[in-house]
Amino acid sequence: MRLRFISAEVFNGLRRNSTMALSVVLVTFVSLTFVGAAALTQMQVDKLKDDWYGKVEVSVFLCPENSRNVQCAAGRATPAQEDAIEDVLKNGSVAPLVESVEYESREEAFEKLRERDTDNRFALLTADGMQASFRVKLTDPEQFELVADTVAGIEGVDEVQDQREIFKGLFSLLNAATFIAAGLAAVMLLAAVLLITTTIRLSALSRRRETNIMRMVGASRGLIQMPFMLEGAVAATLGALLATTGLWLSVRYLIEDWLRGSVTFVDYISGDDVLVVAPWLLAIAVALAVMASLATLGRYTRA
Amino acid sequence: MRVAWVRPPTPKAAVIRLDNVSKVYARGARPALDDISVEVERGDFVFLVGSSGSGKSTFLKLILREERPTSGDVHVAGRHLNKLSNWRVPHLRREIGAVFQDFRLLPNKTVFDNVAFGLEVIGKKRHHVQSMVPETLELVGLAGKEKRLPHELSGGEQQRVAIARAVVNHPPILLCDEPTGNLDPGTSIGIMRLLDRINRTGTTVLMATHDDEIVDQMRKRVIELKGGQLIRDQDRGVYGAEASA
Repeated sequence: MRLRFISAEVFNGLRRNSTMALSVVLVTFVSLTFVGAAALTQMQVDKLKDDWYGKVEVSVFLCPENSRNVQCAAGRATPAQEDAIEDVLKNGSVAPLVESVEYESREEAFEKLRERDTDNRFALLTADGMQASFRVKLTDPEQFELVADTVAGIEGVDEVQDQREIFKGLFSLLNAATFIAAGLAAVMLLAAVLLITTTIRLSALSRRRETNIMRMVGASRGLIQMPFMLEGAVAATLGALLATTGLWLSVRYLIEDWLRGSVTFVDYISGDDVLVVAPWLLAIAVALAVMASLATLGRYTRA
Repeated sequence: MRVAWVRPPTPKAAVIRLDNVSKVYARGARPALDDISVEVERGDFVFLVGSSGSGKSTFLKLILREERPTSGDVHVAGRHLNKLSNWRVPHLRREIGAVFQDFRLLPNKTVFDNVAFGLEVIGKKRHHVQSMVPETLELVGLAGKEKRLPHELSGGEQQRVAIARAVVNHPPILLCDEPTGNLDPGTSIGIMRLLDRINRTGTTVLMATHDDEIVDQMRKRVIELKGGQLIRDQDRGVYGAEASA
């Protein structure tokens, strides 16, 4: 009986206040879309980091014959120096951070270049023009600075290069996008709370006659307030569902179908990731509605 | 028998008791009620009279626990209202039927649904509602008008619907705030007969009124308030104090 009563009241309330309810749905839809977009962008950044940082190496370039680097004044790195550098990487203080060390001689570097140089742009280059290097894989790519500082001081080392540098620009762009989305989300969420508050207030005012009679005959406070709370929650939940659908469709068609086909070397987020975010969006929507109701209803349906 | 729900006779006991109750709304203002002590026993019919601003409304609000006393104790239906927590208040209200001058019906609900509403929102079962509502509508003389809407009824009939809603759950106490205030004298008498009949089933009736004719005719207990003070408490009394002297 009570369940039927409450659901009937919720339905009536939404119908009578349909324009307000619709605006709540739309505002929560837009705000939660931004929240979800921010979360998904961060997930994409994490995925890229996991993927790329595992592949990237630290390159320790060895002195060539005529480097301008002060440390290379003595000329080309000697085999003894090369052994010393390798020893530091493999057995020195930074050894625990190093996963593997590979030596790339001038000839090997030259071969690799030739392989890639299909249109003979570097035809005049010889192996002597190349630079020998150690290719170092780190157990934890974040520890680059430590390894670089240790190795850079050794004689025979020309330059230490972290390939992660290449991605920095991309990541700061993605992080900026996250911040913008999160900022917009915050503003929109505030708008959503205010709108839900107003909607519930209007709804409570328009049904004052009913709620007064309910109080008079001894209906419990919970029963009096429940329909209003549920009204807000239902509208907000619809918004969250719309946001989830929108995000899923964007990921499905923009990323999975389009980006994955055109930019192939990247590991992308998928529709499944949207489903990970979805419960949080729902939780945020319901929490907003309940908070807004509690803040409003005390005044309009007092015991 | 017309009334199927006569309460078994119980020993006289106070269902409403105010002990030295005062109510001050704004600090420094004249008290709305000033040191009132009064008892209403089970099955009593009591008129609460006094001019506007005498404290009648505050008196009723204290009993309904819409207001709390500034000092003194209020006991209603075996509950000490000073100590009653907010979430228990609905249970108190289920023991008190209330009728007002302006009927307070839901305009878009039928007579039947208006009365049923009071039962539904306190969680009564469907079959319970189906049997209690027609019984009560017959008691108040509205049998056959179940499907009418309030605006299709006369003032007196609307007030009967309100009374039906107030008593459908068989509360031990019925509070009436100027129930005949919007009705013509002839209709008022019908309403008073109905209240009297309800009173005879054992329901305690407390009625605030300005209607001297009715009070004089009924010759029931009269409690008179003036400026927040209790100036008269008389069995089989009349409206004006002079007339009783």
